[in-house]
Amino acid sequence: MFAIFQYPFIQNAFIAGSIVAIVAAVLGYFLIVRGLSFAGHALSSIGFAGAAGAVLLGVSPIYGLMVFTVTASIAISVLGREVRERDVATGVIMTFALGLGILFLSLYHGYAEQAYSILFGTIVGVSRDDVVFTFVLGLILLVVIAIIGRPLLFSSFDAELAETRGVPVRALGSIFLILIALTISITTQVVGILLVFALLIGPSATAIRLVHQPLQAIFLAIILGLAYTWLGILLGGNSPWPVSFFITALSFGVYLPVRLLSKGIDSKRSAKGFEKLSITDSALASQKDRND
Amino acid sequence: MIDILRHDFVQNAFLAGAIVAVISGFVGYFVVLRGQAFACEALSHIGFAGALGAALVGASSLEGMFVFTLLAAVGMGALGKRLSGRDIEVGMVLSFVLGLGVLFLSIYTENATGAVGVLFGSILSVTINDVQVILGSGVFIIILMAVLYRPVLFASIEPEVAEARGVPVQRLSILFLILLALSVSVAVKVVGVLLVFALLVVPAAAAEHLTHRPWLAITISILISLIATIAGLTFAFIGHWPASFYIVSLTSLFYFIALIVHAVRSPRRYRELPHPSREVLPPAD
Repeated sequence: MFAIFQYPFIQNAFIAGSIVAIVAAVLGYFLIVRGLSFAGHALSSIGFAGAAGAVLLGVSPIYGLMVFTVTASIAISVLGREVRERDVATGVIMTFALGLGILFLSLYHGYAEQAYSILFGTIVGVSRDDVVFTFVLGLILLVVIAIIGRPLLFSSFDAELAETRGVPVRALGSIFLILIALTISITTQVVGILLVFALLIGPSATAIRLVHQPLQAIFLAIILGLAYTWLGILLGGNSPWPVSFFITALSFGVYLPVRLLSKGIDSKRSAKGFEKLSITDSALASQKDRND
Repeated sequence: MIDILRHDFVQNAFLAGAIVAVISGFVGYFVVLRGQAFACEALSHIGFAGALGAALVGASSLEGMFVFTLLAAVGMGALGKRLSGRDIEVGMVLSFVLGLGVLFLSIYTENATGAVGVLFGSILSVTINDVQVILGSGVFIIILMAVLYRPVLFASIEPEVAEARGVPVQRLSILFLILLALSVSVAVKVVGVLLVFALLVVPAAAAEHLTHRPWLAITISILISLIATIAGLTFAFIGHWPASFYIVSLTSLFYFIALIVHAVRSPRRYRELPHPSREVLPPAD
C-alpha cells in the first residue's frame, strides 16, 4: 500500500498536494464565508483558458493560469457590485474566457489530450521545480491572508459595520479575489481545473458545519483538506481510478452526513431568525475581544 | 455558402441551434431574474457526468443528461425555496459530480475525445434523431413556461408576497428547475457543458440591462441568442474556428454593448434605484 512512495513522482505529488491542500483550505474558508463559491468555480474555469493559451504559446501553463485568473478576478470585482449581479457578471466573464480557451485549444494540435490534462490535472506529472514554486507561492499566500485575515473576516460578516469602522471593504474584497486566483493557479497543477473547486470549498464547507469559531474552523478545514488529499493519493496510487475522483468522493462523503445531521439545528435556528444574528454576534464578540 | 446548406449535418446543426437558442433565451430570463446562475452552471456540469455515464452503459448522451440533470434538479429544489442562498450545497454537489465524471471517463478511456465533445459542444454531430428530441423538449418547455409564466414571474420577483397570495412557491421552484434541467441538457448538445452559460444566461443578462419589461426582455433575450447561434454557426462553416467560440464571443459582445447602453442611458442619480426584483435593503443609518 505504501510502496508507491518509493517513486519520486509520487513523492512530488504528495508534497505539492499537501501544500495546495493547506492553502486551499484556508482561503476556501473565507471564500465560503463571503458567499463566493461561484466566483471560485468561475475563476478555475477561467484558468483553463489561460492554461490553454500558455500551451499554445509554448510556455508553462502556470503563467497562463496566473495571468488569466488574476485579470479575471480584477474584472469580477469591478463589474459585480451587487450579489445577484455579481453571479451573472462572473458567469459572463467565465463563459467568454472558456470560449477563448476552446479557440486556443483548437489552434493547438493534440487538442483532446491537452484539454484532458489541463481539465483533470496531472498529479503524477508534478516536477521538483513545480514543488518548489508551489511551496514559495503557497507560503506568500498564507502570509498575506494571515495579515488581512481579521479585517477580511470582519468585512465578510458585516460589511456595513466594518465600513463604518474604517475597514477598506472593497479593496479587501479585490485583494482577496486576487489571492483566490493565485491559489487556483497553483492548485490546478495538482488536481486540474475541474476539481480545484473540490479542494477549495470541500473542507471548509464541512468544517463550518461542525465548529463556529473562525480559527477552529480554518484549522479543521486544513486537517480535512490534508486527509482528503493524502487518502486520495494513497487510494489513487493503488487503484486504477483517478486521484481526483477519490478526493471529491471523500470530500462529498464526509460533507453529506455532516450537512444532514446538522440540518435540524440549523433549521430550528433560522426559524427563529437567529442564524444571521448569531454570526454577527460572534463577529462582534471577537471584535470586542480584540479591543479589550 | 448556400451549397453547404444541402448537407444533412449542416441542416441539423442549424435546426438544433435555432431551437435551443429560443428555449435558452426564454428560460434564461427567469434564471437571471431568480438569481440561479450558479444552479444553472451546476446542472450543466451534472449533465457532463450524465453524458459520460450514459456512454458507459451504452445509452445516448442526451438520455444520460436528462436523467442526471432531472434528478439533480429535484434534489436541489428540495433543498431550499431559494437556491441563490444555497451556494455551498450547489458547490458541493457540483464538485462531486465532476469527480464522478472523471471516474466515468477513466473507466471508459477510449472516450477522451467524446468527453471533450460533451464539454465543448459537438453541434456538427447532431443527428436528425437528436433534432426531434430537442424539438420535442423545446415545445414542452415553451408551452409549460407560457402556462406558468405569471405565477413563476410573481414567485421570482416577490416570493414572500406570492406565497401569501397562495402561489405554491416551493413547487413552482422545483418545476422551474426541472424545466431548466431539460433546457440545459439540450443546450449542452449545441454549445457544450462549459458554455451553456453563453446561451442560457448571457443573452438574458444583456436583455435585463436594456429593459425592465418582462416580455420585451424575453424577446430581446431570445433574439440575441438566436442571432448569436445562427451567426456563430455560419462563421464556423465559413471559417476554421469552432462554432462554440463564435457563439460565446457574440453573446458576450451583446452583453458588453448592453452594459454600455445601460450605463449611458441611465443618469447617475437613478442608477442606484433597485430593480423591482431585487431585495430592497433598509437604508443603513
